[in-house]
Amino acid sequence: MAADSVEREILIEARPEVVWGVITEPEQISRWFSDEAEVDARAGADGTLTWKPGGRGGDKEFDAIVPIRVVEAEPFRLFSFRWNHPQGAGPDENNSALVEFSLIEEADGTRLRVVESGIDAVTHDEEGKAGYLGSHEHGWEKHLGELLDHVASKSHEAAR
Amino acid sequence: MATAVAEDDALWAAVADPTRRRVLDALLERGEASTTALAEGLPVTRQAVAKHLTVLNRVGLVAGRRRGREVRYAVRPERLDDAAEAMARVAQQWDRRLTRIKRLAESVQAEAGTDF
Repeated sequence: MAADSVEREILIEARPEVVWGVITEPEQISRWFSDEAEVDARAGADGTLTWKPGGRGGDKEFDAIVPIRVVEAEPFRLFSFRWNHPQGAGPDENNSALVEFSLIEEADGTRLRVVESGIDAVTHDEEGKAGYLGSHEHGWEKHLGELLDHVASKSHEAAR
Repeated sequence: MATAVAEDDALWAAVADPTRRRVLDALLERGEASTTALAEGLPVTRQAVAKHLTVLNRVGLVAGRRRGREVRYAVRPERLDDAAEAMARVAQQWDRRLTRIKRLAESVQAEAGTDF
């Protein structure tokens, strides 16, 4: 896992077509993500996610309209979008985070994996990038990875 | 609350950059180092290191101390924990969302009546 990304997955006892509907249809999105959603599961389509005070954001003051743009939509397999770019600006890797859902059919259901990367993306210089790609094991990444795993196992326990 | 979110965002942005994480790693290893000393051990220019240290300093991840003619930087561990926590929070949010997706999809599947 790259250190500037978060990867999570879950096994769902449902067909990929069903899971696809839940993650891409606006009326379903507003049941697990934002309070309202305008999303069209087509590559390049712009949409919005809306959180309202006292809604799913869990905060009385939380009131936000967040733009999203669909990057890839391959039915029952892959759905990705960029979000959190400035209103009115097109999203790119420097001003938005990328969320990628992949659906993998298994004997007993669908494995749904989500990777969010480039959160609050900032410009990197080329030499820095090259240096990063050349390095592998990193103390900092390891530390974060362990912490994320720890938090995940705790929240899994809490969900039981 | 809005301020806490903005602070998390700034922290996240500070550690999301791979070069800045290398600067943090190098600082953790050395304990304390000047911009020049850090640049010698990293594949980036001194100017780039200085720029990254400014960002890290602004969010409180590092602190500088003047030693004669140079400033030496060190990591502030308590802020490092905050940063790790901010990242962990994003993971937790996705876990919650995935759990909701699972419940929704499984109830739709149950209504459709097809078994697995």
